[in-house]
Amino acid sequence: MLKYILLRGLLALAVAFTVSLAAFFLLNIATDPAQAIAGEDATQEVVQTIRARYGLDQPLPVRYGQWLVGVLQGDFGESYYWHKPVAELVAERAGVTITLALAALSVTILIAIPLGALAALNPNTWLDRMALGVAVSAQAVPNFWLGLIMIILFAVMVPIFPVSGDDTWRHFVLPAFVLGASSVPAVMRLTRTGLIEVMSADYIRTARSKGFRGGALLRRHALRNALLPVISVLAVQLGQKFGGSVITESIFAINGLGRLALESILGADIPTVQMLIFVFAIVFVAMNLLADILNAALDPRIRIS
Amino acid sequence: MTQSTTLNAEVKTAATEEAAPFTPRQLMRRRALSHTGFLVGAGLIAALALIALFAPLIAPHDPFVQSLSSRMLPPVWDDAGTWDHILGTDQNGRDYLSRLIYGARVSISIGLGAASIGLLLGVSLGVVAGYFGGWVDHGVSFLLTAQLALPGLLLAMALVFIIGPSIWVVIGIIGVLHWTYYLVVTRSATQRIRSLDFVAAAAASGATPRQIIWHEIVPNLIPQIIVIFTFELGIAILAEASLSFLGVGIQPPTPSWGLMIAEGKQAMFYRPWLVVLPGMCLFTLVIGANLLGDGLRDITAPEGRS
Repeated sequence: MLKYILLRGLLALAVAFTVSLAAFFLLNIATDPAQAIAGEDATQEVVQTIRARYGLDQPLPVRYGQWLVGVLQGDFGESYYWHKPVAELVAERAGVTITLALAALSVTILIAIPLGALAALNPNTWLDRMALGVAVSAQAVPNFWLGLIMIILFAVMVPIFPVSGDDTWRHFVLPAFVLGASSVPAVMRLTRTGLIEVMSADYIRTARSKGFRGGALLRRHALRNALLPVISVLAVQLGQKFGGSVITESIFAINGLGRLALESILGADIPTVQMLIFVFAIVFVAMNLLADILNAALDPRIRIS
Repeated sequence: MTQSTTLNAEVKTAATEEAAPFTPRQLMRRRALSHTGFLVGAGLIAALALIALFAPLIAPHDPFVQSLSSRMLPPVWDDAGTWDHILGTDQNGRDYLSRLIYGARVSISIGLGAASIGLLLGVSLGVVAGYFGGWVDHGVSFLLTAQLALPGLLLAMALVFIIGPSIWVVIGIIGVLHWTYYLVVTRSATQRIRSLDFVAAAAASGATPRQIIWHEIVPNLIPQIIVIFTFELGIAILAEASLSFLGVGIQPPTPSWGLMIAEGKQAMFYRPWLVVLPGMCLFTLVIGANLLGDGLRDITAPEGRS
């Protein structure tokens, strides 16, 4: 088990650094950072000075090496735009995004699992069809549009929640719903198929014949097994929430990593973009690793093979 | 669409199959005609494709012509609305219905272009990895894991912004970032087909790997590739809309639904239809693609339905 985790961990790290390498080359080939800092109409000398000052006159592989050495020491470089260490910027903003991502995941769980269970326990009824309809619709709704509609409905027409900001828990309700809704179809479908499969298993029939009915049967026998795959998918979905925060945070004016990403892109602030891509990739691979480990820990069949 | 009707349909076709044998094509047509989701999806996509194709004939006005005197006119259901501008006008006095009609062109062409690029990349990698296996497969798997870990939207935004937004850049970047689904499916399908007898027979009769891939494997992947293409169409359309909404996609004055939502956002508290309508268009197009994809999957491979 330990060897398995270590191996997967190493692979995850390798993936994260490959991503950072790809992002570094793509971002730096596509643009001239010195020109971006200096501005469109700067003279050639100014651009040259900046190029020398930020070490941008070095060949690309050398610069990636320098970036890598810095990263291993916790130094992600200085923001071209805010003129302070990128790591500091990210640390300041990370808390809000973590809160948002966790709140969004809670929304997903609260909607998708009951809906999936209802559908599975009443297969081929109107409940099942309604749950499927919700999943199909949620998959087709543009996330940013859902956010605006939520603002129109619940912040303007029926002013229950604030329009934007991140000061109180009430500010997080609408964004968490919007960000969480995008994971509902996958989690709901998985809960439904898992539960349908489990409900037809022999041990459920045995439990039934022993007199277990309704809630007890569901809690003690069915859900526990059906939710195994759901838990690992939830971990993966949580990893995706960070990348998904870009749209939600920009709509609701939440000062987190997603908004920082948009601002740094529009400001051609390459070091910040580079670190954010790296951080999002790390979060994603970490969550996938967690999902693998959870799967192995919760399901003894996987551990053996 | 519903589980019960498709199940019944299947039982029925299975029963009639024994009574009178159908060709596979006839069977497929029967399944298609009894599949509600497929019919709805195909209908929506066909309607929107026709609208996009014949936009100049359908649109009541030129979508680019601005008019200062007729800015922000309300739609016809409003008391002040007129039939001249059925859905009103935008902040530049352009006819909203005409812009929505032309928006279908932008969405569909970007969706088709991006999904095709993803198809080329993903299917090539998938077939090669599945056929050759070994270190090629390991390499492709690593590439897949890395691509999945990339925050796609963020990288797409950064690249479009840096390279400079044009319709071709948007198509190219969305396409390059959306190949994983093709890869996963074609890789495992290739592995399966490769172990079948007819491939061994072809190899025994002296076919080169290249001939086997093109003549034996790829033709058998086509139904699955079409299904994925349909889903990816919806995904690419949403990706374009998101980029354009954030200002790093299609640029004004091109009528993109995502961009129209961004433009309407400023006035959405007084004129919510400016935001609601383009979103409904996007929703209709994407749900059409998804229903069509679901339907095609059920029709081409009913035994593999989960």
